[in-house]
Amino acid sequence: MTLDPVNLLAIVAMGLATYTTRAAGLLLADRLPRTGRIRVALEALPPAVLTAVIAPAVLAGPAEMLAGAVTVAAAFRLPLLAVVAIGVASAAGFRLLVG
Amino acid sequence: MLAPPSPSSDARAGLADVLPATLAVIPFALLLGGQAAQKGLSALDMLAMSSIVFAGGSQFLAVGLWTDPAPWAALALAAFLINLRHVLMGASLARKLDRFPAWQRFAGAHLMTDETWALAERRALDRPLTPAYWFAAGALLFVNWQIWTVLGVLLGGLVAEPERYGFDFAFPAVFIALALGFWKGWRTGPVIAASALTAVAVHALVPGAWYVIAGALAGIAAAVLTTPADAPAPAPAPAEETAP
Repeated sequence: MTLDPVNLLAIVAMGLATYTTRAAGLLLADRLPRTGRIRVALEALPPAVLTAVIAPAVLAGPAEMLAGAVTVAAAFRLPLLAVVAIGVASAAGFRLLVG
Repeated sequence: MLAPPSPSSDARAGLADVLPATLAVIPFALLLGGQAAQKGLSALDMLAMSSIVFAGGSQFLAVGLWTDPAPWAALALAAFLINLRHVLMGASLARKLDRFPAWQRFAGAHLMTDETWALAERRALDRPLTPAYWFAAGALLFVNWQIWTVLGVLLGGLVAEPERYGFDFAFPAVFIALALGFWKGWRTGPVIAASALTAVAVHALVPGAWYVIAGALAGIAAAVLTTPADAPAPAPAPAEETAP
């Protein structure tokens, strides 16, 4: 096993860039007001980010949309691990059925 | 709550809550390791990247862009752009870290991923977020990521086609369930609709990870436009009362 110095430089540069994004929010939050529209915006942030991350994968085609609908229905009543199993199984199944 | 919360019970809760996400990332970790091996990265390179960067999306992008010698400036810029969403996430999470001393905030920030952040935000709806919960959940996901990405390099192209078995859908399934944890009635509808439509449109038109930022901002804009600025705080989730 080897660790090339140029590879390590690239990895450390990526790590610094990524940590900057992680710490910036903590530093920024102290400067934002905690009321009004800023509060509304920050409260909407979790569902907004999570939806944006997965929307292209879930709306990629008919099989994925059907699997997404099944997963949403499962998520309203089942624990997370069961939801994941149902999501995987339904994606595989719908891809066989509708391609 | 029947018993007062203790660090060990909070740590156990963190481990239990993060377990499904931990399992869901295994196929991606193996796939990432397999692709890295094809690009000539060693297991030690992978271990360094998975621990120093620890951000799946940017690691996939980096392996895709990887050449020899490594284009470090382009890789760093790509990592910065794809991880810009962390700024928004951290700004929201910072308000729930009252129980974290400064060093724990900034050490804990390295463990912030989409999954641990969403779990922490969800938990903060019901009860105070504690360092025990955050570090237990984050550490399990972190160690799990090292193990499976390195195994992916060593095993090569074991999971060449995760979509054939639906494994790629484990990730959206986790996020669908987490997103629904933030459902607060009709007000959440426009947020999800605006975010999804914008993300899909930008994903189709603009290369890179801009769709996440664009979708998130559209969702936030929808919330601000549909909520009066002086609206009362939404009712807390129907969970047991905690701290005084």
